Amino acid sequence: MIHPHDSLIVRTLGRLLIPLVQLFAVYILFFGQYSPGGGFVAGVMLGASLIFAILVFGPDAPSSALAKKVLHGDGLGLIIFAGVGGLCLIGGGQFLNYANLEVPGLEPSARRSLGIVLTQIGVAIDIGVTAVSIVFSLAFIGQEEDADV
Amino acid sequence: MTYSFELPLLALLMITAAGAILVKDLISAVFILGSYSFFLALVWAWLGAADLAFVEAVVGAGLATVFFLLTLFQTDPKDHTIRRTGPPLAALLGLPPLGLLLLYAANDLPAFGDPASPASMHISPIYLENSLQDTRTPNVVTSIIMDYRGFDTLIETAVIFTAGIACAALLRRTRT
Repeated sequence: MIHPHDSLIVRTLGRLLIPLVQLFAVYILFFGQYSPGGGFVAGVMLGASLIFAILVFGPDAPSSALAKKVLHGDGLGLIIFAGVGGLCLIGGGQFLNYANLEVPGLEPSARRSLGIVLTQIGVAIDIGVTAVSIVFSLAFIGQEEDADV
Repeated sequence: MTYSFELPLLALLMITAAGAILVKDLISAVFILGSYSFFLALVWAWLGAADLAFVEAVVGAGLATVFFLLTLFQTDPKDHTIRRTGPPLAALLGLPPLGLLLLYAANDLPAFGDPASPASMHISPIYLENSLQDTRTPNVVTSIIMDYRGFDTLIETAVIFTAGIACAALLRRTRT
């Protein structure tokens, strides 16, 4: 069982750092096409910020409510990724060939750029949710879970 | 020479790797393993693989440490069950010649960044020349893993999803 941390320094730093980490993760997610980074790292950082909230404030604190809500999105990222591939099939091309995404007014190269952004969002959601899910699995081994976890 | 940075880094990597194996207290071993991942991230950054350095620092030094610690809190932080015996005679006699053979073979590897090496001749030039026009993505690594090799990344994502599902199925007793 994870208890809330009782050190004022840790709690204050957590309150300061968690939004910063999340902001940086979103920056990495959408700037991954221009600089190092991308969906995988952004997902891990988003997951890590939620895990940090759980570890510092405890699983029952209001700050950890988002981490519990996020668990319902397990598999959503994979659906987004595979769904983009399916949309390419509907557009008349191969699976995951983003040039066939049917977006009016975009050249094939811009469509591929759009496909990269969408699939990176999918990867980030999948990785982040999985990280939080594994932490919840590990932290509550053999305990009766609350109904709302 | 460039070795002034590489040699201390190599020494730190070997010390932390050996420390993570030899330390009796498992929580200390977890933290030494985290520092090993951090030094490995420095190596990747030194070699110019910034994406890989990013992943190694975030996953190896951050997330894996948390997972290991949570596991240890639920089990036992001391290593009681494994009896550490010395290495067998065959390993002592066999491994040094094997290491020498590997070093001897490493002489024939192409130099780092050699444009004439087989790895740089096959398909990498096609990606490097065409990825910006094809995908409008200046970061070649992103365009390769998300577009040219999108299928690989899809399956990797499925693997990680499966890991999360397997953990939940094995470790969570009640599910309402």
